[in-house]
Amino acid sequence: MWLSALLAAVTVASGIEYQSDAVKAMQADSFGNPGLLWVDRGAELWKQKCTGCHGDVASMKGAAARYPRHSPQLGRVVDLEQRIQACMPGLAWESRDLLGLTALVARQSNGIPISVDVSGPAASTHERGRSLYFERQGQLNLACTNCHDANVGKTLLSEPISQGQPADWPAYRLEWQSLGSLQRRLRACYFGVRAEMPAFGSDDLVALELYLAVRAKGLKASVPGVRR
Amino acid sequence: MKRRHFVVSLLIPFGARAQGFSSPADPAKWIGEITGGSTPEKSGIEIEMPQIAENGNAVPLHIRVASPMTSGDHVKAIHVFAERNPRPRVATFHLGPDAGRADITTRVRLGGTQNVTVLAELSGGRWRVAAQNVLVTTGACLDEGSL
Amino acid sequence: MIEGRLRVPGSVKAGEPFEVRVLILHPMENGFRHEADGREIPMHIVTRVACTYGGREVFSVDLGTGISANPYLVFFVRAGQAGELKVEWVDDKGERGSARALVNVA
Repeated sequence: MWLSALLAAVTVASGIEYQSDAVKAMQADSFGNPGLLWVDRGAELWKQKCTGCHGDVASMKGAAARYPRHSPQLGRVVDLEQRIQACMPGLAWESRDLLGLTALVARQSNGIPISVDVSGPAASTHERGRSLYFERQGQLNLACTNCHDANVGKTLLSEPISQGQPADWPAYRLEWQSLGSLQRRLRACYFGVRAEMPAFGSDDLVALELYLAVRAKGLKASVPGVRR
Repeated sequence: MKRRHFVVSLLIPFGARAQGFSSPADPAKWIGEITGGSTPEKSGIEIEMPQIAENGNAVPLHIRVASPMTSGDHVKAIHVFAERNPRPRVATFHLGPDAGRADITTRVRLGGTQNVTVLAELSGGRWRVAAQNVLVTTGACLDEGSL
Repeated sequence: MIEGRLRVPGSVKAGEPFEVRVLILHPMENGFRHEADGREIPMHIVTRVACTYGGREVFSVDLGTGISANPYLVFFVRAGQAGELKVEWVDDKGERGSARALVNVA
């Protein structure tokens, strides 16, 4: 694991590098990756509801790699889930339909380096995200950086600590036995340090997602991810 | 299927209804019930599972039983037993000559570190058995899936 | 309807076993989990998966709560001639699902 820590100091590495061989194999399984069941659902929905305006889903290539981003129509920074919710009202967070569409669209950017724009209207959100990342929280009084920068690769309760990268999300988490959004995972991190969890869709979670995307610059996504 | 669950639940002590994990149920007893007393041979089955599973919710299980799978000589069924799960009987796979190969893969739930036992029923009243130990670890930042 | 996916090879040789892969969308609730407010989530699982080829059952599984959520199955089937491979599944509430594929035999 020292090699991972060394590499972490110099390169961004996806969370998949810190998973067991079995989990890696599950993510790489082009048929049996459980997240693909949600992608299938997304593809069905896309055919019914989205082709009218967007044509084939391949037109979404590269889009997810630029999220979160400031939306002029919505007047704020939004992540991919929120952009889809704005397009198609009535999709609840962590619903099968929203997860399916998000995973389907995100997947079109697989292999494309993450590259978000934090200039202009997104700058203040970026700053908020950065300050959240470095701010100690919760009863355990830990900031994201304490684990995900200072202790990458070391073992915490029998698990190696990852860099906390946002690529590969939405991901199938074995703990949840379901596909879940990055916001759900971040909420679980807040729970992990015994802090109050921000609500789904809150400004803080989007700000943190934006900062994570900046920090992940150049990392290529592989959606749906699989995590323990 | 309901009947089978009813029978299984009678066999498990009430204490085992705690979240996940019990003291081991005896594979020999379960094997005897299925074989009707015949002693299975301890050969001819390959079990492939990770030695360490990071999360017991989805542990890959690959089973191969050596058999020509002809009408005269084939595997009829494969039973899987996880001795420390609250319901130790995991699954039963039904095969036959049309399967062509006694080779199955799935993902199982393991409540914690334990032995997984595989019992194969062959044509002609023959039985084979094998077992594999899996270490199941639990890690940090668990929310038990409720968040 | 319980959704799922099925994969068989593009073409197979007569009499040679080929791999069938199935992945089913189902929570496989084991009855031991709780909601955040403490309520028990009742057991709810796929109980049987059966594969037929040319109308004849060639493989089946009786599943219990020890099979992971979103059941994943890989098994083999041997065919002498081209035909339809169908996989059907049913859960403990009687809900069903299925997938089918045409198998080309060379």
